[in-house]
Amino acid sequence: MALNTDYVGRVFGPTEPYEVSRVKIADFANAIGEPSPLCRDREAARKAGYPDVIAPPTFAIVISMAAAGQAQSDPGLGLNYSMVVHGEQNFSYARPLHAGDVVVATTTIESIRAGGGMSMLVTATDIATVDGEHVCTAKSTIVERGK
Amino acid sequence: MAVTYADVEPGTELPPRSYPATRLDLVKYAGASGDFNIIHWNERVARSVGLPNVIAHGMYTMAQAGRFVSDWAGDPGAVTEFGVRFSAMVPVPDDDQGATIEVSGTVAEKLGDNKVAVDLIARADGNKVLTRARAVVRLP
Repeated sequence: MALNTDYVGRVFGPTEPYEVSRVKIADFANAIGEPSPLCRDREAARKAGYPDVIAPPTFAIVISMAAAGQAQSDPGLGLNYSMVVHGEQNFSYARPLHAGDVVVATTTIESIRAGGGMSMLVTATDIATVDGEHVCTAKSTIVERGK
Repeated sequence: MAVTYADVEPGTELPPRSYPATRLDLVKYAGASGDFNIIHWNERVARSVGLPNVIAHGMYTMAQAGRFVSDWAGDPGAVTEFGVRFSAMVPVPDDDQGATIEVSGTVAEKLGDNKVAVDLIARADGNKVLTRARAVVRLP
């Protein structure tokens, strides 16, 4: 089924505030095998100039995927999630996320394209603190495979 | 000793590394990331939608490439830009070895502000699984 191109430019969010925690950063670092003490040891992170333990560079997906999921699961868009694979991903950081950050995410549908029996959906999720400081933009391309 | 900006030139290669992706790794990644898409843990469903096997989360593979770069730079917070294209799936067999993700990288250019652009390649089972993969990293 073709995706509904009326959704291009539509904005979803901002999400409820998400609090970045030390435990979640450590869990994520453990799951990906990231060994850095800066993700686990507050003193080590402070010595390196950070306010608290920092998240690995792909951690923002935890926040952006939930936010982009609001857009992707909108019934009017017509996406069949079981046929979805990840096409491209990009993160652009103003600074690393760290424990104690409270952030909200706003997702914009940038483009919808179809070709070769597949549909491609590009979303851009802006992650900012509740005080309005921009931290990261996460851009995702997902591909709905044809039957 | 972590690498420094003065140490590198365009063409400097990062030491290649290999990282495992087992079924257990995918389950752990699903839990930590919140990505419970069934194709990453249920072989029956994965095959029923035309996949060769359970496949790794693209983001798990990207995270290995991220770890590769941040290890080299000595600081996960040094990565300011990171983008990849997922060019092939990583099937993960139901055995103790799983799949192996091999990551290599080359300094593409030196930017201002002590930043360098690193071009990355990830392979699994002979296929390029990440292409157009680039990280911008600030070095000491």
